[in-house]
Amino acid sequence: MILSFVEHAGGSPDEASLEALTLARELATATDASLEAVAFGAEAAALGESLGAYGVETVHRVADERLDTYAPEAWAESIAQLVDDLDPEAVVAPGTDRGQEVLAHVGAKRDLPMAANCLDVEPSDVYELSRQRWGGSLVEHARLDADTKLLTAAAHEFSPETASEAAETSVQPFEPALDESAFRVSVDRVEESDETGVSLGEARVVVGGGRGVGGGEDYDKLETLAGSLGGTVGASRAAVNEGWRPHDDQIGQTGTKISPDLYVACGISGAVQHMVGCKGADNILAINTDPEAAIMQKADYAVVGDLHEVVPELNDALDD
Amino acid sequence: MDTVACIKRVPDTGAKLTLTDDEQHIDTSHLGFTISPHEECAIEEAIQVADDHDGTATVLSLGPADADEQLRTGLAMTADEATLLETDGAEWRPRETAAALADALSGDADDPDFDLCLFGNESADVANHQVGIRVAEQLDIPFVAGVTDLTIADGKAVAERDVTGGTEVYELDLPAAVGVKEGMNEPRYASMRAKMQARKQSIERQDPVAGEFDGAIEKVKLEAPESTDGAAEVLGEGTDAVPAVIDLLRDDLEVV
Ligand SMILES: Cc1cc2nc3c(=O)[nH]c(=O)nc-3n(C[C@H](O)[C@H](O)[C@H](O)COP(=O)(O)OP(=O)(O)OC[C@H]3O[C@@H](n4cnc5c(N)ncnc54)[C@H](O)[C@@H]3O)c2cc1C
Ligand SMILES: Nc1ncnc2c1ncn2[C@@H]1O[C@H](COP(=O)(O)O)[C@@H](O)[C@H]1O
Repeated sequence: MILSFVEHAGGSPDEASLEALTLARELATATDASLEAVAFGAEAAALGESLGAYGVETVHRVADERLDTYAPEAWAESIAQLVDDLDPEAVVAPGTDRGQEVLAHVGAKRDLPMAANCLDVEPSDVYELSRQRWGGSLVEHARLDADTKLLTAAAHEFSPETASEAAETSVQPFEPALDESAFRVSVDRVEESDETGVSLGEARVVVGGGRGVGGGEDYDKLETLAGSLGGTVGASRAAVNEGWRPHDDQIGQTGTKISPDLYVACGISGAVQHMVGCKGADNILAINTDPEAAIMQKADYAVVGDLHEVVPELNDALDD
Repeated sequence: MDTVACIKRVPDTGAKLTLTDDEQHIDTSHLGFTISPHEECAIEEAIQVADDHDGTATVLSLGPADADEQLRTGLAMTADEATLLETDGAEWRPRETAAALADALSGDADDPDFDLCLFGNESADVANHQVGIRVAEQLDIPFVAGVTDLTIADGKAVAERDVTGGTEVYELDLPAAVGVKEGMNEPRYASMRAKMQARKQSIERQDPVAGEFDGAIEKVKLEAPESTDGAAEVLGEGTDAVPAVIDLLRDDLEVV
């Protein structure tokens, strides 16, 4: 049996969980095993309807009111106890903050190795898998040998696919035995942000500025360009380190991953740690004074020139 | 209040990742070394908390003898002490790494030797997303990943983590551990003088404890993903390119 950890909002599964479920089903199909899911919260009962399409036969709804609030260790201990009961061949979690965190706790609690951010998994006695390193700029081929294999699915690398045959899904309550100490870490409160406007991760057009922009005020031109293209502004780490933009604007390995239709990279050299953040862009246009800059090999289109001249001229032309 | 930041020496790669012939490592013959930006923030926070609460900040790393370079960066930022769990340079797996770090972090009574231990959310190179969690579980202390803000008040650590549409707030009893994300603070630049001084400071070198584990994840080889690189289509030079860019935006990409 393959067990997949599903996160959901009010009973409708998260995109990343459907990605993980797609990997989990590949494993189940390849090994002729059944596919089951584990989910938390009272509303998980509603998952029966949506997960059948993905081939899930049983949803184990962890039934303990205290778990309706996110508590990483208590969630992990619940999954670990379910693993003790069901002895799955593998547990697959989404490559999200929560997915990685919960599965790593399961690994620590049951002394099992865990493979994070998997891309491709060949199941046999020992799993042969590939996984992301360096935020996705390198691939590691590895062998995972364990009684229960713990895997997270790299984010945005699997497209959710429903099963060729939908399953008849039953939802079963699972009652873990948890003592108070399992709840020493739990969400105390959630503070809602009052931010409006398009977020960097979701924007259809992003105009990024790097060290070549030269100063904080000079982002005005980039803001204007982003404005006329219906997009938003991002930055390289070098620009953030200079204090020109907040870290929230950073694109890359330790910043935000973007997937716009168009990314305009201004005064950015094209370091691997920056480029993994914009792999998802359909088109990249680079504006750079240096025709030898690495970004010239990674972009689709380029203008060799000074962004301080090119961008204002573009803004004027778009204004007309 | 004593703090520890755990850091890992990694190659400072530039625009291209080249592998060694045996495909086991990044070719570092022309590269310098660094640590993850997440870990830079962990050091900064460790120093600030120790300063504000009358304690000592330590930087801790498991790695080759040369990892003292990264520990000295921490000392130059004004961490008080540095410990290196010295290896022969071979890559350590996450469970082994966590066991060795946990061993070094536990005091004589097997109680944690610190009040707050800071990890990067994930290491820059292997990004296993688990070493800090395994250390915390072994030491039986609370852990929160993805932390972007931390305050110490009334003997507790209040940690914040960004989620879609808001921020989750966690309250942790000390001692506690967290996984830090870049953006939590602005790591200080070490002055030239601090760098010189750090060179003279002593680093405690210890042999890491090697644990025994059932099952394993074993690296077979590395691969640089197929490069889709090819020269970009140059639309022109300077402002002369503007008409071509407008055509591209309007006709081909349809973003205006
Ligand atoms: C573990 C790790 C994680 C990292 N994570 C990230 C990350 O998340 N995001 C990130 O961005 N970086 C990250 N980095 C840093 C990364 O390696 C680079 O240092 C950084 O991306 C460089 O930023 P840049 O391109 O703006 O600056 P530079 O490399 O200095 O490039 C500036 C470019 O601007 C051009 N230029 C200068 N003047 C002009 C002008 N007037 N008009 C047009 N072009 C001009 C130059 O030709 C040059 O190509 C990380 C590094 C490490 C080690
Ligand atoms: N060899 C090491 N020495 C010290 N700290 C480490 C080491 N490996 C990992 N860590 C810490 O654990 C965090 C998470 O690592 P990882 O599980 O590899 O993603 C890193 O950001 C470091 O803070």
